[in-house]
Amino acid sequence: MKQTLTHEDRQQNSPRQACCAYLLKIITGFVSLLKGMGVTIGYFVSPKRIVTQEYPENRENLQVMARFRGHVSMIHDDKGDHTCTGCGICEKACPNGTISVLTTKDISGRKILGQYIYRLSQCTLCNLCVESCPFGAIVMGKDFELAVYHREKLTFILNTPQGERE
Amino acid sequence: MNPLSTETLYPVQNGIGNMVRTLFPESAFYINTLITISCLLLLVSLLPVFLIWLERKVAARFQARLGPMRVGYHGLLQSSADGLKLIFKEILKPEGADTFVFFLAPVLPASATFLVMAILPFDHHLQVADPAGGVIYVIGISGLSVLGILLAGWASNNKYSLLGAMRSGAQMISFEISLVLIMLLIVMVTGTASLREIVLSQQGTVLDWWIFKLPGLGIIAFLMYMISSTAELNRAPFDISEAESELTGGFATEYSGISFAMFFFAEFVNMFVSAGIASTFFLGGFLAPQFGLAFIDPLLAFIPGFIWFFVKTFFVIFLYMWFRWTFPRLRVDQLMYLEWKMLLPANLVLLMLAGFFLAMGWIL
Amino acid sequence: MDLQPVNKFTSDSNGIPEGFSRTGSSGRSSEEYFLNMGPQHPSTHGVLRLVLRLDGESVLEVVPHLGYVHRGLEKVAEGQTYIQNIHLTDRLDYLSSHINNLGYCLAMEQALEIGIPERGEYIRVMVSELQRIQSHLLWWGVSGMDLGAVTTFLYGFKERELITDIFEELCGARLTMNFFRPGGSFADVTDTFIPKVKNVIEIMHKALAEYNTLLTGNIIFQERTKNIGILSKETALSYGCSGAVLRASGISYDVRKNDPYSIYERFDFDVPVGSIGDCFDRYSLKMKEMAQSVRILEQAVTHFPEGPYRSQQKAVYKLPKGSYYSQVETARGLLGTYIVAEGGAKPYRVKFRSPSFSNLNVLNELAVGHKIADVVTILATLDFVVPDLDR
Repeated sequence: MKQTLTHEDRQQNSPRQACCAYLLKIITGFVSLLKGMGVTIGYFVSPKRIVTQEYPENRENLQVMARFRGHVSMIHDDKGDHTCTGCGICEKACPNGTISVLTTKDISGRKILGQYIYRLSQCTLCNLCVESCPFGAIVMGKDFELAVYHREKLTFILNTPQGERE
Repeated sequence: MNPLSTETLYPVQNGIGNMVRTLFPESAFYINTLITISCLLLLVSLLPVFLIWLERKVAARFQARLGPMRVGYHGLLQSSADGLKLIFKEILKPEGADTFVFFLAPVLPASATFLVMAILPFDHHLQVADPAGGVIYVIGISGLSVLGILLAGWASNNKYSLLGAMRSGAQMISFEISLVLIMLLIVMVTGTASLREIVLSQQGTVLDWWIFKLPGLGIIAFLMYMISSTAELNRAPFDISEAESELTGGFATEYSGISFAMFFFAEFVNMFVSAGIASTFFLGGFLAPQFGLAFIDPLLAFIPGFIWFFVKTFFVIFLYMWFRWTFPRLRVDQLMYLEWKMLLPANLVLLMLAGFFLAMGWIL
Repeated sequence: MDLQPVNKFTSDSNGIPEGFSRTGSSGRSSEEYFLNMGPQHPSTHGVLRLVLRLDGESVLEVVPHLGYVHRGLEKVAEGQTYIQNIHLTDRLDYLSSHINNLGYCLAMEQALEIGIPERGEYIRVMVSELQRIQSHLLWWGVSGMDLGAVTTFLYGFKERELITDIFEELCGARLTMNFFRPGGSFADVTDTFIPKVKNVIEIMHKALAEYNTLLTGNIIFQERTKNIGILSKETALSYGCSGAVLRASGISYDVRKNDPYSIYERFDFDVPVGSIGDCFDRYSLKMKEMAQSVRILEQAVTHFPEGPYRSQQKAVYKLPKGSYYSQVETARGLLGTYIVAEGGAKPYRVKFRSPSFSNLNVLNELAVGHKIADVVTILATLDFVVPDLDR
């Protein structure tokens, strides 16, 4: 391997120069260590620079970003109605088969939404279903504590007022 | 200030010790020894718990974090909880490990540190024993912890452990030389190898501490002691025997439960011992700092000596922690280079200079 | 029961594991041995497995074993629509997911001849540069930790958090962004975006100075990295290295400069180049790159235009028959995206040319003759992301 060039290419010509370089290196090295220690002690003495947030304790004050992508949820108005027509575009848009839109027919024979099944366990939270929805019926929820003990609890039926778990 | 007496009444010469002496004149020595040893055992078992908490807190503050906050006031009971967990954990032994050596290894460093604690002068006459060759005793006993680490690495039947142990062996044996040479320097200038007498040789003002004496040499010796003792303690930046990012856990990779806890605890007690020796040798040990100022000196002298000992020791421990949480780790060959090509020659020069200063009477 | 160890080396009759040269390469009398490093190891940053042939502490040969997080993303991409594939690119190199998204979108835009509005271009450049800084900050912290300076890890993350918060506000995710779309991005920036970026710029100036005092200037750090793992120009080129690994060896090649995409040609920035190609060069190059990214951000913030952020979007994206290639400079180097389209809504084949894979291949060339600790240093400065290696 051609590895000729190194950082020590500045050749010391005489032993005296080499000695000076050696001593200089010790002194500059020592100073560099002290400088580093200066940086860390700066953090040690100023409690203002602590960035830790104590999570479960500060749950009350936590601000979740408006666009945060938690899990898919359906928007319900005060009367418990939603705008989903059961068109199934979101089902097609989903890369992972997370959503199943099961339709049924009302009295007049019109196709309406029966069950909107959402499987959080398969969801990659990519936002594509929300983007594709022509009616603005679904949004990404703001919950981030999504862990549960049973896999079954990760399947939701969204078209109920509270988004009850199946 | 009157010089403290050098008469030897061991182990303790304080209220309790003297009371025992008047009550049981014949067996006073044994009772006092028992009392001191139990106090020391208590200290040894509580100290690592506190030091681990301190280390975590100090590290957190250096890193702009809070550290343990949940268990007890500001996480004060965190390390007790951790210790309890370690005690109840299963002790695993890897297949093919040398059982006897594997379980013997953690005991050695733990007992070695405890033995050194016995001769630390916590206060004037608060010391289990003060052998005339105390320094030699310290050097001899602290070699045992190297043995423990070497055995642990060998018995674990794991290449990481073995590498860690071999690194540690090479490192500690090398750095012991410069450590011994620095101790020798102090022994040379004080003319005694007893730890208590080394402290007593520093009576007077702050300027009489060895760190400020021997113009310039004292502080250099102190710095060199700090470097070599950090290496001797296997602490960052010299923690190549554990080297988490290289060797996962080094010599302790295969240890779990209480046998791991013993290594861990020994490491922290060792740090205390090393810092205690630093304060004994350089910072006046249990002596109160005196500045030659009439209004503050009696106040400082009023505070008992063992408190001063702990204050100084914890200052040195803070320095160790400061190093650890600032510097990157050295490589194994750089470590050897540092010892054999830089520290050792510097040590020898220092020793010669000190002898010269001594001969010229420039002790100050 | 006679249990066989699961993770046994597949070795030949001489006891030499898979992938190593057959002959003993040391020529010394001492005994060689093999050390398995990973897939569970603190400094292989994920599930990379290295097998080292060692003589004491000295490395004689390194064989990396990949594939522990192989998810077959390129195959998965064949079964999904073009739009759905964007979110797969998040999972290549998860530290530059915005830039990966951009690379894929550029290829689609090339095929469909979609234009991007001015504001959309600025958003792309700014987000890409923020991502580069964010990735480099994580790398800085982690490489400090690999060298034993644990504190750097926390400091790096401290500043990184500011940028991650910006991303969270921008697109709702902190790691897998899925933000860019053909023709722009799925959402406009929020009102607080520009002030927050200005804040990051201000903080980064101070932070970089602090990092240089803490780690770059440190004598121990310099001793650990200088003249370690020297990569020559020829070797770097022959292995197809890119990014800081290539530039440290003295070759000035940055896709942003040499093959500008988006609107990078409008910005004034330098491409730092090293001279020796050792670990210190690779390290200091990345530090300089952060400063350059801050410089680009400063220019972008002052010229940030109003207007639409995305051109007219389509219901279904169908790429015309043909093959399309785009390349972007991620935080690690050149990411190439190659799409073969058959005319339908799904690609026929997608190929990603990932920078980490080519950069890691030089490991054996760099590590031979150094110590175990140096392998860790070299790994840190090669700056790979394991999911990017395996895909």
